[in-house]
Amino acid sequence: MRIAIIDESAARASIIEEGLGALDDCEIHTVTSRDGLLARIAKISPDIVFMDLGNPSRDVLEEYFAVSRALDRPIAMFVDESDDDSIAASIDAGVTAYVVDGLAANRIRPLLETTLRRFNAFSRLQADLAEAQGKLAAIDTIGKAKRILMDGKGLTEPQAYAELRAKAMSSNRRIVTIAEAVVTAHELLGDGA
Amino acid sequence: MTQTLKIGFLPLVDACLPILAQEHGFAEDEGLSLSFVRDMSWATVLDRLLFGHSDAAHLLAPLAIATTLGIGRPATPLVAPFVLGLNGNAITLSADLASRVLQGGTQGGGQGGLGDPRDVGERLKAEALTAKAAGKPLRFGVVHRHSSHNYMLRYWLAECGVSPDTDVEIATVAPPFTADALMAGEIDGSCVGEPWNSIAVDRGAGQIALATAQIWRRGVEKVLALREDRLDDQRPQIEALIRAMRKAGAHFIDPANWEVNARILARPEYCDAPHDIVLRAISDRLVLHQGGKPHSFPDFMFQHREAANFPWVSQAEWLYSQMVRWEAMDYHSQQAGSAARVFRPDVYRSALIGTGDELPGASSKVEGSLSTPLATTAQEGSITLNKNSFFDGSSFDPDQLEHYIQSQK
Repeated sequence: MRIAIIDESAARASIIEEGLGALDDCEIHTVTSRDGLLARIAKISPDIVFMDLGNPSRDVLEEYFAVSRALDRPIAMFVDESDDDSIAASIDAGVTAYVVDGLAANRIRPLLETTLRRFNAFSRLQADLAEAQGKLAAIDTIGKAKRILMDGKGLTEPQAYAELRAKAMSSNRRIVTIAEAVVTAHELLGDGA
Repeated sequence: MTQTLKIGFLPLVDACLPILAQEHGFAEDEGLSLSFVRDMSWATVLDRLLFGHSDAAHLLAPLAIATTLGIGRPATPLVAPFVLGLNGNAITLSADLASRVLQGGTQGGGQGGLGDPRDVGERLKAEALTAKAAGKPLRFGVVHRHSSHNYMLRYWLAECGVSPDTDVEIATVAPPFTADALMAGEIDGSCVGEPWNSIAVDRGAGQIALATAQIWRRGVEKVLALREDRLDDQRPQIEALIRAMRKAGAHFIDPANWEVNARILARPEYCDAPHDIVLRAISDRLVLHQGGKPHSFPDFMFQHREAANFPWVSQAEWLYSQMVRWEAMDYHSQQAGSAARVFRPDVYRSALIGTGDELPGASSKVEGSLSTPLATTAQEGSITLNKNSFFDGSSFDPDQLEHYIQSQK
């Protein structure tokens, strides 16, 4: 079975490709660029196409499936072929599937399930990464705020941190929020250093 | 208690009314809190609407009708109780094509204005036939096959003697890629909404030739769409949203607010575009070619006056007529009835009755029949409808729908 994965995120495409590669009888093609998209799809002549929901080329692809006579075998949107629960799950995961007309549901299901698992795993990875980056940024901001207080008020580092923490507790806000306010105020009022 | 509604949208200037309703507190005044989900394709906006990720969405009016009729996917009834605006799109030609069909008009600083639809169409016809004979027909990009952009472009071409199906090629191009596609010669022209025409102009990829308002002065554009069953469940909230969007519309058209509204709509979470470009659209002052001066074209976007948000059933019927005309469909009276019922003036009325806002007395009108202002019967307030004509002078009488379709074959 020929599968096309269209995803502008090359990292996610390769994670899905790896997952589907473990299944029997799957020939996988990934397309990460919009250039020549339709020509590539025509050449691949896929049985199934997976595409991420955020892809700006979805309308282009759907029109191609709906009206193009270039395809030997008509491709239908997955919504024609399956039950609402699977579609809802795929929309939740952020992926959409298009399948060749007449492809049996029991052949599609394992592929879809694998793809959804991989998509969800990728989202979790991204969320973890964003959280880690957020923490690093917070540490950086607090460091800057401490430096401003140390320079401006002649405090030691522990004293500067204690001041930020006291203000956070008394105003019921997070330390990083106070630190951001200090940095912003300094940028606006200070010498821009 | 505050009710929350999630609204799907594409980053286009004409998603303005729900956004401004939230940003300026008009939603809050109605007991609503709006959140937004921004997408990059209409297919995804529609999927989210159908599978409950959003409560309502900024949607192409013909796509709401096609979804209801089950064209291209299983039928799901959608309703449109509010028109988000009229027109606001433009036809932009590649720099190369513009240099050949706009001479004497906008090119080379001539009158500095938009072209005349007849003149531009006539010259374009010559170019189109030459290109076709050379085996490389002109290609135009539209945002979606079920879009007013597609229908307006085709209407104009056909009336100028260019067959949209056999003399040129028309294909879907994602709006963010319009400038790239013009630059790369993948397309010779496009019909798209703002900010994408202006972005193409500023990059030197093309020149704005016509506003769609020149093709149909009061052409229906995006609608607020939602599932019919969702309307039944959330009718009070949807009516509250309609009232909030009417207030947002009054704010939107006041020149005193253009600057602040442009800054809001330009933000990364909304249009993610330079604010001066957004400002051009909302102030009806477009820059037509790179480095040019802003050109004022009144009613380029038409979001509020003359009860512009009222979902006239005749508008839905006109869109259906063009769907039949261009999408290889046969006319069926039952299908025409389903298409007409997508537009829900009854909901619009019940939302606004007693507010003092303008409410038309009728639900349908002859589209394109006014060449001079006409005071019309109103249920509330007084409404004077201005010129609403099609550029070819024809009009659309919804009572003669089948005849209109036949006459265009």
